[in-house]
Amino acid sequence: MCGIVGLFLKREELRDNLGSMLSDMLIGMTERGPDSAGIALYHAPAPEGAIKLTLHDPSGEHRGERHGERDWGAIASEMEAALQVHCTATMRGNHGLITSATDSDTARAWLARAHPEIRVVGYGQVMEIYKDTGLPIEVIDKYDIRAVAGTHAVSHTRMATESAVTTDGSHPFTATDDMCLVHNGSLSNYFGLRQWLRGRGMEIETENDSEVAAKYFAYRLSQGLPLDEALRAGFADLDGFYTFAMGTRDGFAVVRDGIGCKPAQLAETDDWVAMASEFRSLADLPGIDDAVLWEPKPGQVYSWRLGAAEQAAVA
Amino acid sequence: MSVTVNLAETPLRELHAQLHALHEDSNETSWEVLNPRGQHAIAVGLTAPVEVTIRGHAGYYCAGMNQNATVVVDGHVGWGVAENMMSGLVRVKGNASQAAGATGHGGLLVVEGDAAARCGISMKGIDIVVGGDVGHMSAFMGQAGTMIVCGNAGEALGDSLYEAKLFVRGSVDGLGADCVEKEMEEAHVTHVAELLERAQINADAASFRRYGSARKLYNFNVDHADAY
Repeated sequence: MCGIVGLFLKREELRDNLGSMLSDMLIGMTERGPDSAGIALYHAPAPEGAIKLTLHDPSGEHRGERHGERDWGAIASEMEAALQVHCTATMRGNHGLITSATDSDTARAWLARAHPEIRVVGYGQVMEIYKDTGLPIEVIDKYDIRAVAGTHAVSHTRMATESAVTTDGSHPFTATDDMCLVHNGSLSNYFGLRQWLRGRGMEIETENDSEVAAKYFAYRLSQGLPLDEALRAGFADLDGFYTFAMGTRDGFAVVRDGIGCKPAQLAETDDWVAMASEFRSLADLPGIDDAVLWEPKPGQVYSWRLGAAEQAAVA
Repeated sequence: MSVTVNLAETPLRELHAQLHALHEDSNETSWEVLNPRGQHAIAVGLTAPVEVTIRGHAGYYCAGMNQNATVVVDGHVGWGVAENMMSGLVRVKGNASQAAGATGHGGLLVVEGDAAARCGISMKGIDIVVGGDVGHMSAFMGQAGTMIVCGNAGEALGDSLYEAKLFVRGSVDGLGADCVEKEMEEAHVTHVAELLERAQINADAASFRRYGSARKLYNFNVDHADAY
């Protein structure tokens, strides 16, 4: 199964409530995905020219041992000395967040050399990703998600089919800077597609089918396709069933496979746009009784952008 | 006598225990269900001739296996509303998600808004009236019963159709294998008008087009291998 949700706030006054609104939505998807949960948050942009890296050390996780406890401050200091750029670190749950005054390629390349045991869960100027095994409510509490303010978020509750129940196998998967994917469904041609993408220089870190889809879209975007067209290219190349929600720096997109194997609901008011696998996750949103509700059509791309929504709201 | 059950306070199982305990001649004939909040399988397996009104949006498999009862949803429903209905009436005032009325043997399903893909899949005698559009592969393998679509139909309407009767007022994106357009005769107009009246949907029966089975896929024929 799996449940996915996305929330996009059109009004600035609502942004303090992003974490609490999203948390209620995610808890609504508990029955669809009780084994792990993950959240991509778009908030607190790093200063211009700097990036944020959300980090996790999975060492020992596959043996069921405690994991993820690292001195992230020490790693930030090491990075600062090695790259000669300002770096700071904070912690959320067992993930580290390092802000570094460099670009993501440089920071990730250094991490891969100096600390190959550490996974970069998410990166970009705006996006942070937190994911863990356990019920949605446990992950929300552990990572203090209710307190987070921001513009938009996409999130996932997992019932695993294609790879192990671990932090690594949880969604969202980072595609590229400030872009991530959550997936309800499963792909069947991902072994071949993974090889094809690796042959074109894409790094793929896990055994998970959804990571292949994330990197596939990143590859299409790197070829210069606009987001909507990159998502449409997937209709020809991805074999399997899916509802995807993709978070981008300034918006989010929703797409279902052409057969419509997996569910999705969209709801929109003047204040927000929300998507969820089922209505259960939308039931608690403020103003839901007056929202426009519809089922996105299979094989059609739906997307929202921050600037565009604000203009629409003003108009 | 009217009974109100608030699902924000009462567990769904308790509602079902009450509804399933009703006898044919029960005096509790009118039920109102509040705060459905998208829960699955609300008001399923009813057998008593009572009326249940659900105020809000329901999740998957609402009013499934219905027999004799009238279930009205004052909102949208998720997948598989009125699945395998035997008799009675199910009315959705909003939209229905996929597989509305799937495998239904009898009764009437009315969706006042749109129904998504696979509406009436493998229908076996149910009548379905949709006020808006239906999605792709609607009436797939439909064996008996009538589907009336006041709006448009998606791709592959009536694929591998048996004897279900299909009427569409708007456009059809494409007909499925072995589904063909047939002439709309006087008897068909009367049949559509009668069903529309029962469904309380206002549309001109003469403005519909009729689709049905070409009956070429009933038995395997190598000349038709391309159609499989």
